[in-house]
Amino acid sequence: MKIHQISLFVENKPGHIAAPARLLAKEGVDIRALYLADTQQYGILRMIVSDWEKAAQTLEAHGFVVKVTDVLAIFVTDRPGGLADVLEALDGTGINIEYMYAFSDVRGDEAILIFRFADPDAAIARLQAAGINLLPSEELLKK
Amino acid sequence: MMSSVLESSVADCHPANAPDYMPVAQLRELQLQRLQTVVARAWHQVELFRSRMDERGLAPQEIRSLEDIGKLPFTVKSDLRDTYPFGLFASPMKDVVRLHVSSGTTGKPIVVAYTKEDVDVWTSVMVRCLAGCGLHHGDIVQIAYGYGLFTGGLGAHYGAEALGATVVPTSGGNADRQIMLMKDFGVTAICCTPTYFLHLIDRAAELGVELKELPLRVGVFGAEPWTDSMRRHIEGLSSIEAFDIYGLSEIIGPGVGCECRRHQGLHIFEDHFYPEIVDPATGEPLADGNEGELVLTTLSKQAMPMVRYRTRDITMILPGQCECGRTLRRIGRIGRRSDDMLIIRGVNVFPSQVEAALLEIEGTLPHYQIVLTREQGLDEMEVQVEVTPRMFTDKIGALQGLHDRLQGALDHVLGIRVRVALVEANTIERSQGKARRVIDRRTS
Repeated sequence: MKIHQISLFVENKPGHIAAPARLLAKEGVDIRALYLADTQQYGILRMIVSDWEKAAQTLEAHGFVVKVTDVLAIFVTDRPGGLADVLEALDGTGINIEYMYAFSDVRGDEAILIFRFADPDAAIARLQAAGINLLPSEELLKK
Repeated sequence: MMSSVLESSVADCHPANAPDYMPVAQLRELQLQRLQTVVARAWHQVELFRSRMDERGLAPQEIRSLEDIGKLPFTVKSDLRDTYPFGLFASPMKDVVRLHVSSGTTGKPIVVAYTKEDVDVWTSVMVRCLAGCGLHHGDIVQIAYGYGLFTGGLGAHYGAEALGATVVPTSGGNADRQIMLMKDFGVTAICCTPTYFLHLIDRAAELGVELKELPLRVGVFGAEPWTDSMRRHIEGLSSIEAFDIYGLSEIIGPGVGCECRRHQGLHIFEDHFYPEIVDPATGEPLADGNEGELVLTTLSKQAMPMVRYRTRDITMILPGQCECGRTLRRIGRIGRRSDDMLIIRGVNVFPSQVEAALLEIEGTLPHYQIVLTREQGLDEMEVQVEVTPRMFTDKIGALQGLHDRLQGALDHVLGIRVRVALVEANTIERSQGKARRVIDRRTS
């Protein structure tokens, strides 16, 4: 159920996201989800891509510092309360969310939440027990 | 007309300046006598010095002439660090009335000590500096060097007070208040680093204060190298006469030497500090007029005598006597150093200190670069650190925490505020595999 997310360190300067994006395009790696966490000085570019191993290898070969981490993808209906239901399932369990981001498909009524948990295994157990849909990577990466 | 003639001669004729005009033969005799005393004192009291003398099979009584000084072993900055804190003291702590601390070449600082007599000598040479700059009883002197562990503030303070001037001990920082007090108190002279004065000039202009209309007429600038073009710039914008003063904590602090009103080099107060110029590579003494490393021996210091201390400052002893009539020899203005020490806002910084701080936080040494710039007349130091796989995390808070730890360690080790910038891996330029550690974009 775990999904490999790749993170890149980028300076907060014009053009600094274009270079890795171009490299991935050349290798035919598709970016399925992307989130930039930034400060005034620098940022962390987090991506879920069609082929994480190829992406990591390519970027590292070009001198980028890459980190691969496990995240969980949760499928919710795109409606008010979708996110709240998931978060409530975690309430009081002591399961810590490091960060999260979401994207929705404009063509449908589905949203996907990406969670980075301190302890992903504990989170999987809890979410499954609460009947929440975890998306395996094949599903997430499916076009 | 009478009064202006009188005023300038009164300043130069301050009783404290009498030794400045001592006949040369008498001065050499005094120097030899004091050299023999200080060598004997160091040999009896300082283990490191005695062991180095023993290694050379040299006894204190073999110093029979001033030329014999060349036989004595050098003292270097790392000796002060290696014997931290009190290993080079020649006086018992009960006789030490003051300790000052300066930066070392790595994490550990260096400590310097003064007896009551040492503080008196220090004060007397500072009086001679200030009187030589045309200051006297009745002047109002603003001391904008940092007070505290740094020798600049207190050294200048004691001298100005002993001269009979009114002292305004503003210490460093808070430019707006410096300018307000300068204006409101009718300050006639300021002691600070030249770059800080440039900053005050800029700030005064922003505040609409016309420095040229204030009574301020003298600036005594030191603790960092500066140039004649900077002097012209300062004098043009502020109508002051700018003097270069030289000193270092290891020898005594400010007051080792100073310009007189001729501005043709800095007179060394050589009845207390004996100057030599040596080849920085071989340590061989060089004749007057040749550029090399300044080596100083304290001739009267009690608590911490320094024998042949390698200053790492590159200069020369100027041949001939100054038109001012002083018999004291002069050194040229210092423009560079023989080591990699940087002077930032008057504070000594070594790249090795930056490395020590990075190592402490990271455990390994990432690629880094020090970038120096001057913003509104003030030196700024940025330490760029490449993010390594080991340092990198996908959590922004953790990365920010790393940034803050690096910032904290650098501030702590260097004693000045620096900027830390995390940069992408492999972006710091490397030449032949070795990174250029320091990029100095300051222009003076």
